[in-house]
Amino acid sequence: MNIHEYQAKALFAQYQIPVPNGKVAFSPEEAKSVADTLDSKIAVVKAQIHAGGRGKAGGVKLAKERADVSVFAKDLLGKTLVTHQTGPEGREVKKLLIEEGLDIARELYLCLVVDRAAGAIGLIASTEGGMEIEEVSEKHPEKIVRLSIDPVLGYQDYQGRSVAFKLNLPKEVLGAWNTLLKNLYRLFVEKGAMQVEINPLIITGQNKLVALDAKVGFDDNALFRNQDVHALRDLDEEEPLETKATQFGLNYVKLDGSIGCMVNGAGLAMATMDVIKLAGGAPANFLDVGGGASKETVKEAFQILLADPNVKGIFINIFGGIVRCERIAHGVMDAAKEIQFGLPGGARAVPLVIRLEGTNAKEAKVLLADSSIKLTVAESLWDGAQKVVAEVNASR
Amino acid sequence: MSILVNKNTRVLVQGITGKEGSFHASACKAYGTQVVAGVTPGKGGTTFEEIPVFNTVEEAVIKTQADLSLIFVPPPFAADAICESADAGVKIIIAITEGIPIMDMMRVKRFLADKPVRLIGPNCPGVITPEECKIGIMPGFIHKKGSVGVVSRSGTLTYEAVWQLTQLGLGQSTCVGIGGDPVNGTNFIHVLELFENDLETKGVVMIGEIGGDAEEQAADFIKRKMTKPVVAFISGMTAPPGRRMGHAGAIIAGGKGGASDKVEALTDAGVTVVENPAKIGETMARILKK
Repeated sequence: MNIHEYQAKALFAQYQIPVPNGKVAFSPEEAKSVADTLDSKIAVVKAQIHAGGRGKAGGVKLAKERADVSVFAKDLLGKTLVTHQTGPEGREVKKLLIEEGLDIARELYLCLVVDRAAGAIGLIASTEGGMEIEEVSEKHPEKIVRLSIDPVLGYQDYQGRSVAFKLNLPKEVLGAWNTLLKNLYRLFVEKGAMQVEINPLIITGQNKLVALDAKVGFDDNALFRNQDVHALRDLDEEEPLETKATQFGLNYVKLDGSIGCMVNGAGLAMATMDVIKLAGGAPANFLDVGGGASKETVKEAFQILLADPNVKGIFINIFGGIVRCERIAHGVMDAAKEIQFGLPGGARAVPLVIRLEGTNAKEAKVLLADSSIKLTVAESLWDGAQKVVAEVNASR
Repeated sequence: MSILVNKNTRVLVQGITGKEGSFHASACKAYGTQVVAGVTPGKGGTTFEEIPVFNTVEEAVIKTQADLSLIFVPPPFAADAICESADAGVKIIIAITEGIPIMDMMRVKRFLADKPVRLIGPNCPGVITPEECKIGIMPGFIHKKGSVGVVSRSGTLTYEAVWQLTQLGLGQSTCVGIGGDPVNGTNFIHVLELFENDLETKGVVMIGEIGGDAEEQAADFIKRKMTKPVVAFISGMTAPPGRRMGHAGAIIAGGKGGASDKVEALTDAGVTVVENPAKIGETMARILKK
């Protein structure tokens, strides 16, 4: 789960990590009144969306005069920002963060992230703040410092000192740097984060460290321990169909293609997308209905797939395993009947190809072939993918 | 021969009285696995389908000489369950549980590092040596005894590959699901090494997916150490960056973990990488015939 910059900064403040003075605003008037409370003459207007690259996309404006704040706010609110992380459709700006302008002497980069290979927390820091870290890593790998924090022992002061000297930080900030790292690590562990990134972390002209930006991503599996974090979730930033799917225990990710897939198991669901591509089609989604594939889950899955207007055909690929295939076949047929698949007034008709494998697969295929629902039974994964692509192409 | 588990493996099930635990303990026993004990705190002294239930793993191990623990404990308590088994001296822990917080797993991994125990999973289907023992949630009947080793990060996709092999008459020595979480107990390398040293295994099917660099590390190991043929499939060729594909570990992040880098590394290591997951079985068959 991701949160907005203004929420991340509020969390930083809770952990005594210095952030600029500022507040979130939902209208140009609110933006202006927030700006009026700031001490600095210069204010920064920042679009709040769950994606990086906002600066380059024109989502961050520097207001040199107070009057500019509402002009910029009017311009940004409701605008669709397209950054390298939003995809071509972009993201609509619904909130802004209005902050004081600061006197920047140096820009650093700092990040704590799960290092999966090491099974530890990785610390990444660089003298090149304000740039994309991937770019720095490619062009100037020598300007990046990395180390690993033991998850049992936790952050140690010597680690902070080591990074500080490698980054050549002025000795006036060393105390604040160590406190900041300690607090950032505490936040990471206590709140169940996967990644905490500050880019840039600035040193002001008065030798103060301030987190000018803040990006925090959380481990979904740890949210049960942190209801306060869970409450920060912003449904506006999520695909509505994905949110709906989650409510029914389905794992759905929307993509751009035309063939809807319904599969049990994440690995097989990904492989099914790949096979559709190999057969000349394009998958409309990733959808894992879980192990059982019961009537209820299949019904919800059908409705989610058909709600996507791009979906021109559906491929159901279920490896039955322990659940007998006849039961799954009955579940699919009952679900199709309940949503009145392809019937006047019911769910719209699209080519439907079903492949079932596992215990009693043969009996299940007979059941499906005899049903009144218009569908095609596939013999294998490859057969199913080819059939659904052919039927979708033919129906164009 | 087989790797990790065989007909003599003595299994204890943590969470045996829960919904998942009871269902699968029963199915494992029916397959022929020696399920010698169950553990549910507070239910010690009772039995489940004639299997004695204990309050602690320590007591279960002392009384039944169980040497493997199969875990179905829910995510908030799973890390604790793994550590309990490790402390009680079981040799192998198989954690089926999906959804364990990553911080918990990092600490567990460090706790296990200096103990003589191997953790498989979490978020995995388990391990099966066909016609000897099934320790996990996989359907037993799709497997057949034979000489192909299978190691995978996935569940149902593994069943798909195994079923293709079985239908072609190619049995399996052992099938190991290492799980789809970003921090897990056992990676490809260790399992590949066991298969390389197992006399019965003639070839290995390896199923990877996007996210992390476990496949790249496996490729490096294969290049240096493996003499047996390896057929691999990497799922997620069509997955977009930044989106988690079901498994917590299946995500292309920061430009790393994409399928094409993995395919390239494996191909360079002499692995036959199949593009089409429907052709895993026939590719292995063709290679073993040579």
